[in-house]
Amino acid sequence: MTQQVYREQLLELWKHPLNKGVIENPSCEYKEMNSFCGDEITIQLIIKNNIVKDAKFNGIGCVISIAMASLLTEEIKGKSLEEIKEINPEKIIKSLGVELNPIRAKCAMISLTALQKAIK
Amino acid sequence: MTYKKDFPIFQKNKNLVYLDSAATSQKPKQVIDSMNQFYNDFNANINRGLYDLSIQSTEGYESAREKVAQFIGASRDEIIFTSGTTDSLNKLARTLPKLFHTKSEIVLTEMEHHSNIVPWQETSKENKMKLKFIPLKNMELDYEIAEKIINDKTAIVSLTHLSNSLGTINNIEKIIELAKKYGAIVIIDAAQSIAHKKIDVKKLNCDFIVFSGHKMFASTGIGIIYGKKQILEKLPAFQFGGDMIKEVSLEESSYELPPKKFEAGTPNISGAISLGNAVEYINKIGINKIEKYENELTVYTIKELKKIPEIIIYESKNQGPIISFNLDNIHHHDVASILAYENIAIRAGHHCCMPLMKKLEVQGTCRISISIYNNKEDIDKLIQGIKKVKEVFK
Repeated sequence: MTQQVYREQLLELWKHPLNKGVIENPSCEYKEMNSFCGDEITIQLIIKNNIVKDAKFNGIGCVISIAMASLLTEEIKGKSLEEIKEINPEKIIKSLGVELNPIRAKCAMISLTALQKAIK
Repeated sequence: MTYKKDFPIFQKNKNLVYLDSAATSQKPKQVIDSMNQFYNDFNANINRGLYDLSIQSTEGYESAREKVAQFIGASRDEIIFTSGTTDSLNKLARTLPKLFHTKSEIVLTEMEHHSNIVPWQETSKENKMKLKFIPLKNMELDYEIAEKIINDKTAIVSLTHLSNSLGTINNIEKIIELAKKYGAIVIIDAAQSIAHKKIDVKKLNCDFIVFSGHKMFASTGIGIIYGKKQILEKLPAFQFGGDMIKEVSLEESSYELPPKKFEAGTPNISGAISLGNAVEYINKIGINKIEKYENELTVYTIKELKKIPEIIIYESKNQGPIISFNLDNIHHHDVASILAYENIAIRAGHHCCMPLMKKLEVQGTCRISISIYNNKEDIDKLIQGIKKVKEVFK
């Protein structure tokens, strides 16, 4: 069971996250908080002509939330804002390749919520 | 001690290592049976019913009040049933400021649970009162600063007996003495201590004590306000309706004496009965024996935890059966999740103490809490589990 959530791929993303950092002058940004665990994830975007040119995240989180923020920021680069609004949370959780209980699903959702609020 | 056998949950879940009693305790068979018996054998509403079942139900409810009163050295009319500690604190926060006209400050501490902060924030806004906080120093309250913060402007002091996040046992005797010097009202949040330490309200000389049933082996949805008789007599009613009135006309009403005055509507009868039985269960073992046993197990746990490299324990000099820790840079959620796969239940997060976490400069901690059904074997399994966590993140 341990291996299921803590698969090597996810642990790798936690140890070496993708797109973790700060954008100096972002087009938009949002800091979302998970009131259950106190984690905060900030998503920053550079948008040109309605297309995401760059995306970064920052914050502290568990394996699930960091891996998710990594995958999500990677996924949205080059996508239009309309496409981002269409992102299906369940599909994105599935992309982690693990089964999450409702509590851990919240960890996965924090970066997606930050993203959607950032582009609002 | 082998009290595990008294708790049916461990028969259903043979390998469960339950170290989350600070969130809610497990329930002994005696308590579960008492609730079943109420609903199976004598369910009826209390008071005023003239038939046997109602009389029996009223007796069950009132004898629970008597047992709780004896347990903390109070008299029965000083015991008010609520739905839990949060409810108790909200009710006091809403009504107590009405007793003060000249004093304007409420003193809390930095280690309070949100339920002992947020109701006071609301009430201080409404009543134009000021909140002050006794700060933290080495996981303890800073008693030197407390001496300055508590003064003749202080109306109310409300603090926890045993910190739900850190496990620190506060020197409430000292705080009560300080508050009494200035005639302030003291409320003790005993949610975490009531099942683990002897509390005698007369010896303590505090004005109010609040706690929940479900952290002391009773069901959820039942709690207590102990209040000194003289203050209860002056305190306005919390809610209005049935059962708390003496006489009602269309224009106005008069109210019952305490404790009835503070219990409007049909109460949680089965919950009260479960609480009476939980008190009986504790008495059967002996609260002092419980405290000694849990203290030994806490010392053992800390000793074993300290053998793990890179562990940070938020330890105080006066540690109760709650221990908070973090493991190097591993997120508390990940620690708790991996332990959960090993059937070990602990809590991870801010434990409803966001201001305290900010002070400690952490997002959250892993918290283990110990009760009488735990033993060294549980702790050894926990230690093995933590080693596994480290293995995963190696």
